[in-house]
Amino acid sequence: MADAPNSPGPSGRPLGRPLSPHLQIYRWPITMAASITHRATGVALAGGTLFLSWWLMAAASGPDAYAVFAAAAAHPLGQFVLFGFLWSICFHLLNGIRHLAWDVGYGFKVPTAKMTAALVYAGSLILAGGAFVIGLMVRGGLGT
Amino acid sequence: MTRLNSPLSKIEGLGSSKSGTHHFWHQRMTAVALIPLSIWFAASALAYVGADQGAVAAYFAEPINAVPMFLFIVASTYHMSLGLQVIIEDYIHNEGQKIALLLLNRFAAWAIGSASAFALIRMALHP
Repeated sequence: MADAPNSPGPSGRPLGRPLSPHLQIYRWPITMAASITHRATGVALAGGTLFLSWWLMAAASGPDAYAVFAAAAAHPLGQFVLFGFLWSICFHLLNGIRHLAWDVGYGFKVPTAKMTAALVYAGSLILAGGAFVIGLMVRGGLGT
Repeated sequence: MTRLNSPLSKIEGLGSSKSGTHHFWHQRMTAVALIPLSIWFAASALAYVGADQGAVAAYFAEPINAVPMFLFIVASTYHMSLGLQVIIEDYIHNEGQKIALLLLNRFAAWAIGSASAFALIRMALHP
């Protein structure tokens, strides 16, 4: 049996071995949050491709199939999914550009990396939020 | 196409790393392609998700829209399969489960990409 880190040793006292710190121990610097969000939005976009596929197949199938899709997209849950899809595209795109800059050697200084991470969060929320608000004003929702 | 493998790695196989820079390079190529394509897609989706079926079909019947949409489908599903592959390799340590998920990942990407592309081509050829 693998010893739990602080299980009693032969003397009965806890061994007091140092614990390896993990996510719940560290502060969350914004750079780390952006890295995790990049991966999370990537997974979300993979789910979003199902929505995209549904949209295209419904449009190719005809008005009846499309009515089912349109009703789902107009539902509050559908609107939430569409907003999540849109924000994920914005975040993954902006942070992806940040990654490509790193690939060619720019932006590695800690203050720069922190600033660009903050810009990515702010920019993605402004872009997705702005598009959503415009959609609400023009048509009463994204895709309704 | 430019390959960054050395000639030696091509004839010897790639050893314990199992692959060279191929994955990295393809992820970056598709990332660069997706900068303009995803902006175009987001704008198109915002404009047409709420339109009626005839308007969407007419939009994708235009070659100027069908071609970028096709490129977006190909680049995004490939980029997706490369990214999900890294996540599977990072977190799944059981060899059998890992191989099963890597296969599922590629099959799913081909299925989603093919379904989207087929629907698009149908709209493009039968407006």
